[in-house]
Formats: sequence, C-alpha cells, structure tokens
Amino acid sequence: MSKAPSPAPAEPAGNILLEATSISKSFGPVEVLRDIGLQLKRGEVHAIIGENGAGKSTLMKILSGHLAPSKGTLRVNGEKITFTGPVDAEERGIVLVHQEILLAPDLTVAQNIYLGRELRKGLVLDERAMAEGAHRAVLDLGADIDPGTVVHRLSIAQRQLVQIARALLVPHQIVIFDEPTASLTPVETKALLKVIDAIKGKDAAILYISHRLPEVKTIADRITVLRDGQLVGTYEAADLEPVDMARLMVGRDVSKLYPDRAEVKAGETVLEIENMSVPGFVRNASFSLKRGEILGFAGLIGAGRTELLEGILGLRPAHGTVRQNGSPVHFRNVNESMKAGIVYLSEDRKGKGLLLAQNLKINLTLAGLDRFVRGLLIDRKREDEALDRAVRDFDIRTRSRDLLAGQLSGGNQQKLLLAKMMLLGPEIVVIDEPTRGIDIGTKEQIYKFINGLAAEGKAVIVISSEMPELIGICDRIIVMRNGEIAGEVTGEHMTEAEIVVLATGATMREAALVAESA
Amino acid sequence: MSNTTAAQTARRSLGDIDLRAVAPFVALAVLFAFGAMVNPNFVGIDNLLNVVTRSAFIAIIAVGATFVISAGGLDLSVGSMSAFVAGTMILFLNTGLIASDVGMIAAAMLLALAVGALCGLANGLITTLGRIEPFIVTLGTMGIFRALTIYLAEGGSIAIKSQELRAAYRPVYFSNLLGVPIPVIVILVVAVVGAFIFYRTRFGRHVTAVGSNEEVARYSGISVNRVRTLTYVIQGLCVATAVLVYVPRLGAATPTTGLLWELQAITAVVIGGTALRGGVGRIWGTICGALILEMVGNIMVLSDLVSEYLIGAVQGAIIIIAMLIQRSLGRR
Repeated sequence: MSKAPSPAPAEPAGNILLEATSISKSFGPVEVLRDIGLQLKRGEVHAIIGENGAGKSTLMKILSGHLAPSKGTLRVNGEKITFTGPVDAEERGIVLVHQEILLAPDLTVAQNIYLGRELRKGLVLDERAMAEGAHRAVLDLGADIDPGTVVHRLSIAQRQLVQIARALLVPHQIVIFDEPTASLTPVETKALLKVIDAIKGKDAAILYISHRLPEVKTIADRITVLRDGQLVGTYEAADLEPVDMARLMVGRDVSKLYPDRAEVKAGETVLEIENMSVPGFVRNASFSLKRGEILGFAGLIGAGRTELLEGILGLRPAHGTVRQNGSPVHFRNVNESMKAGIVYLSEDRKGKGLLLAQNLKINLTLAGLDRFVRGLLIDRKREDEALDRAVRDFDIRTRSRDLLAGQLSGGNQQKLLLAKMMLLGPEIVVIDEPTRGIDIGTKEQIYKFINGLAAEGKAVIVISSEMPELIGICDRIIVMRNGEIAGEVTGEHMTEAEIVVLATGATMREAALVAESA
Repeated sequence: MSNTTAAQTARRSLGDIDLRAVAPFVALAVLFAFGAMVNPNFVGIDNLLNVVTRSAFIAIIAVGATFVISAGGLDLSVGSMSAFVAGTMILFLNTGLIASDVGMIAAAMLLALAVGALCGLANGLITTLGRIEPFIVTLGTMGIFRALTIYLAEGGSIAIKSQELRAAYRPVYFSNLLGVPIPVIVILVVAVVGAFIFYRTRFGRHVTAVGSNEEVARYSGISVNRVRTLTYVIQGLCVATAVLVYVPRLGAATPTTGLLWELQAITAVVIGGTALRGGVGRIWGTICGALILEMVGNIMVLSDLVSEYLIGAVQGAIIIIAMLIQRSLGRR
C-alpha cells in the first residue's frame, strides 16, 4: 500500500464548520506552526496525526481558543472569528477534551460533570437533577458509573469517560479529542470509538488527535498530517494505511517498527515467583523469568499487572515466594530490590519516574547517587560526564543541559528514565508501559533499547496495554485477568485474538472482533 | 507540541531560576541603601554588626527550617523548642554536677544539642510514622514544649544561679574574634555546614528529591521517611545551636523565650527563595532573609517613619510581599 495518496478535493462552502487559513504560530523566535490550512466538515471525523513536536497540540489549542495564532484566520460557519479565550470558543460550540485528566479527585462524578455550571433550585443545589444528568451523560458514553462515586476511586479510563461526559454537556458542534485513548485498553477504546461515532451522527464534527494509527484508520474520515510544524497534507482515510500514515508523519519509511528478535538462547532462570498475592489486586500469581528474554504482561487496565510487579519489588505490601538466581529473597522496599539488581520503570513517568521540576542531571543520578559520592561529596564532574554519556547513548534530544525534566518531550523523558535506571547496572529490568504517549519515531528507538538490553543478557519484563507492541518485542506474554494470571502465549500463539480471549474471558469469535477494531 | 512548548517554558523559567535566587540579595541591597538614606548611623560598622548579631537566633534556626521546608515539611515548634532546650540547659547548669565552669558549660552544651536533636526526632517520627501533617504535629509539639518549659520554670523563669558560670558563659554571646562577634561567626559556620550538606552531599540531594516529588523519590529507592525525619533532627540541632548563643545573652529562659520565632524563621526561609511546597532550597537566601527581617526592625528603630511597635506587622507584611514577588517571578 505505498501508492502516493492524492490530497482530498476541496469542499463546497456550506458544509464547512471550521476553516483555518494560513495559520502560523511563533513563540518568541521559534516558529512552531507555519502556514497551516484546515477545513472541518459537518459530520466528519477528522484526524490530526504527527510526531511529538509536529505542532498538533498547538494547532488544537489555537482552534479551541487557548492560544491566539500569530498569523492566519479562523472562520466558524463562514464567519471570521478571533477567539478571546477557551470560553469564547466553547460558546461557539467548540469543546476540547483534554489529554490530561482535569477533574477534582475528591468530588463525585456528578459534582465534577457539573463543576462551574451547577444546577440549582432557587438558592439550593439541585443534587438530584445533576445526579440524573450525570448518569445519563455517562450512560450515553456506554459506561455505567454511579454519579455519586468519588472520582479518585475511578480507574483512569473511567475518569476519562467522565471528562468526556463533562465536555459534551456543553452544546457543541465541534469536539476536539486530544489523544483520548492514550491510557485506554482495547475494549475501552472500542467503546470510545462508538461514542465518537454517535457524536458524529448528530451532525457535529470531530477533530481527533492520536498516536495510534490503526485506530485512526478505523475512526477517521479524513486525515491531516503535520510534520515539523508544517502541513504535509489532508487525505481521505480510505486512501491511507497505517504504514502510509507513519511514513508521512516521519518523512521516511518506518514499516519496520519492531527490531528483529535474535533466536532466544534460553538462559538460566533469574527470577521465580510463586503464589504471589497483593492484597486487593493480585491472587496467587506464579511465573519465572530467564536471562536474555523479554517477557510481556498483557491484560486490561486494573487486571493487576502493575500491582503484581510492584508487589514483588517491595513497592507495595505483598506476600509470596520470590527466588532470585535460586535463592529466596524478600524485598521490603524498592531500595532492596534495586540493590539486588532489579529496576522498575513506572508507567507514571511524570508522577513516579522523574522530578519534573529538577534538571536532567539531578534526575539521571537520583537512583544511582551512591556511584557518584566520593567521601561525603557528590562528584559533580562525574555527574556531568554521566549526563553526557546518557545523552549520547540514549539519544536524549535536548537543546540545553539545564532544561528541567518536565520540559522534555514524552519520548525524551522516557529515554532519561531509562538512562537513570540503567546507571544502576541492573540484571532485571521491568518497564511499565514503555511507549505510552510517545511518537512513532521514538517508539522504534525504545524498542531497540529494550531489545538491546535482552541481547546484553539482561532479563526484561514489559507491561503494556498495546498488544501489537507486546507481540512485536516479546518472547512470551503472560496475560492477566481480574488479579490472576489467566495464561501465557508464546510463538505463533502470540496474536491479539488469543491475548484478548485470555484477558477478557471472551470467546474466540468475540475476541477477534475486538482485536480487529483495536 | 512538547518540543515547542518546552522551548517556551525553558527560556522563561531559566530566567526565573536566576531571578529568584538573586531577588533576596537585591532586596537586601535596596534595604541597605534605604537605611543609609534615612539615618547615616545605620551604615556604621558597629550598627551593622549589631544587626547581624541580633539576627543570629533566627538565622541559625532558619537554616534548619530550610531543610525541613525543602523536604516538603514544616516545623512550627521551633520557638517553643528553643525555650524548652534553654530551660533544660539552664536547669542542668544549676545542678553544679561538674566542678570546672568550662567543663560544666561544655557538658550543658552537649546536653542542649542532644535535647534539641531528640525534640526534632520526635517531630520527625510522629510526622512520618504517624503519617500526620507536619503542620498538625508541630502545632501539637509547639504547645507541649511551651507548657513543659513553663512547668519546669514553675510559671516563672529559669535563670543561671551561679554568677561565676554566668560570667564564664557570657563571652559566647558578647565577645568577638578579630572584631567579629561570636554569634556572627556561629551564623557563618552553621550556614557553611548547612550549605555543604544541602548542596554537596547525597543527603542534601535526597532532601530536594523528597520535597520535589515524594513518589519519584520512593521509586528511586530513597527512604523518604528517613530523609524527612533527619531534616527535623537537623532542625532540632539548629534550634539547640541558637540556644547555645541565646542563653549567655540573658542567662535565663522565660515564658516568652522564642515566642513567634517560628513565624520569623519561616519568613526568613520564604524571603530567601525556598519554595514552601518543597523541592527548592536556598541556604544563603535564608541567611539573607533573616538579615532582611532584622534590618527592617533596625531601620524602624533608627527612623521615625513607623512606630517600632509595628515591627511584627511589618515583618508579617514582608512575608506576604515576598510570596507575591516569588509568584510574579515564577508565573507560567
């Protein structure tokens, strides 16, 4: 499928809800968007794809009134508009569903959905009307969440649905989704795509940003590709396969995302887990891990994958037998498991992996600081050298050494986190959601690093909600369901359908349907 | 998106870091110039040394507070703790256990440091093991230390009885070394040691990490509770060190000893540019903050602009203004 896709033909004016012409945006001397044109038609799902840094989010912020363009014009229903702010855009029916969860964790679902636009009866809050409205709103999205539930008790996926419900409460004609499925499992993604279809059916238009190209292929009618702040083109989705999209985004051929796995020389067993239980999350999990292999953990969000590994490594209370290189060990905290040569890279890079407000050096050496202490002093020169090496070895792209970790892109943050943990010289590496929120070019690199670790003889565990990724890089995959290990797949059995069967308990036929759409 | 917005914030906050670190020193310089304008006596070397000397208690305590606050904690008990440590120290001096005056004073000093460290340890352990907000814990111990002092003093004050001991101890506050008053030297030593620990050792780095994001610190293998507890112990040791200089000044501990010192210490830390939410600590900024507080008082006494009874109000206003300035420098 590598025929050159032709740009979509222009549309008669009446159908166009939103038109952006020659939009440019500069921050100081840095031009991040140049001369972007975009037409959004009534009743279409229009996907915007591009690597991190391509300018997708900036464009979305301009279209939703969060940022003003430096140049160019916006027309809504043919009328030339200058937004005064996001509220102004919302009043014109343009709503943005943010990528980050922006909910008050201590308030209930209903309170969050109606936050700032509470319904009242006279002076008193009309709790019942809000509860009913909130329940209807989440039911519309195909989820049944009790509106009285406090948000911090919800899973990430449920929170996201609440956030979408909140956004859709405003009368809308254009809904912008910024990577809505980044933290959803295939089943949840499928439900969300249904919701989007429903919104589209109501004559609204949808702008959809995502890194997941197969999903874009499924949902989008047209696709606009951005690269380095410039428009590559707008295409009919029917003309583009995911491989073509990736090529247009990256500007080169990326059909080979996953590295070749060398034939596994089954090394000796480094880790054996027996009857591991993590109260409230995992029951009686047993598995083993060999040197030089990449072991995947698949399952729905909430299946207990993260909790199992965190329990083993002493990050949360757990009991069961752990044997490392044949001898029984018990890690009471993560310091002990680190000393034993096991490192864990959290899925929550920003919350548990890196100090976003500190510079790269402090982040890099934080876990392995012992190696940089001479007498009482931290040897700053060796720290600087280590940073040089890390930037080179892990290809961390940064304009300056003095940047804060929070200023790096997601992909570079992940590389920094990898570098930080590799400083410890681990024998076992556990990586949770290694490529969440990371663009395709960087994904390829991360996979290479992971592959390289195994080739060096380290044992690697990868937890991921992206099945193609697990299938692409792992030697075998353990599937968890409801806190238990549901099974293991290897070789030719490593297919999305088989994994879904184990992860959901569905029949093979149902699973094939889900896997197809994911 | 990330690259471009990152570029933005990079430039902006890089500027901020410098500005925020420099701001307290600029404020001190401006205050100095202002003082010189309103009263020529202000710039006299004697007056200036007097200002620095008088700032000693707060400056020394505030160095400890910089550790606690940088790690994301808070200690409201330092004022009461000062009174309590001073009280126990003087009671010990009054036992006359050791014949030699110097030996007696040295032993009392060690005892004071031990009591301070233990008080800090108590604050730290209750906060970390009990998982209680430090605000509440130290509010509690603030009351406890104060009441214990009053109880030990039986409602009055505790004074050093022996005139010889008083005379032997007096120089620790009142004499000088090569013209530099001893308290000023103590400030310098505490600040240098504090800065060394904070900026150059692994523990200091861990303090910043814990204050920056406790979870990241934990996932990086740092024992968060241990680091937090130790910051309170350091705070206790700083309080005790301040007491070592305070006791020879009056020779007594009274119910008003250390009253509102916690407010002044926290003010000094905040003026100095340390973030109250943790993660950024500035030892020299803190010293600068303590000097600013004392200098404001001094200028008010030397000028007729504002009644000196309003010193507390002015200092209170300063902490609010300092926060406003920090906020405007760090606006994102």
